[in-house]
Amino acid sequence: MQEKIKNIVEKNKIVIFMKGVPEAPQCGFSAQSVHILQQAGAKNIVAVDVLADPAIREGIKAYTQWPTIPQIFINGEFIGGCDIVTEMAESGELKKTVEAV
Amino acid sequence: MFIQKQIESKLAEGLKPAHLEVINESPMHGVPPGSESHFKVVVVSSLFEGKSLVQRHRMINEVLAQELKESVHALTMQTLTPDEWTKKGGRGTSPPCLGGSKAG
Repeated sequence: MQEKIKNIVEKNKIVIFMKGVPEAPQCGFSAQSVHILQQAGAKNIVAVDVLADPAIREGIKAYTQWPTIPQIFINGEFIGGCDIVTEMAESGELKKTVEAV
Repeated sequence: MFIQKQIESKLAEGLKPAHLEVINESPMHGVPPGSESHFKVVVVSSLFEGKSLVQRHRMINEVLAQELKESVHALTMQTLTPDEWTKKGGRGTSPPCLGGSKAG
């Protein structure tokens, strides 16, 4: 599972592990994170629904040593959860990061 | 109130905050009355100086690891240094007493 997650985050530029899918999020924090990434100009966001597979849900928490969902990766790097992308959007840093991918 | 108090005392002890707010946001999430599942915390601590947001959030996740594992379903947080808090218009901390009122 760790190998599988590593593959997903390294082979895709922008990845979010979320509850539900971007068109139908199952959690307010997941919904807000997707929205913020889109607002920042993110294209081709790869979304992984952790509710679809308990092994991924536990696996991603172990991979990042981070206890909550959503989790966002840009260029293979773990960015954080909803609070962090929100703060990065407010400071303008998220737009710069997304534009640079 | 039990978990809220527990979160408050653990953050107070673990991060020595200059300012701390623990807000139970559970009622916003359609859970039964009295639930303690969704929290927001505002932590202002000098221990955050020189640390990235991810590092700051990890410090809080670590202090609250037990709660996050057992009972807390969602935790949203604001993590600031005392300087950032003041710049953001936070209440700031009053300067220490220098004893002038007792001077003859």
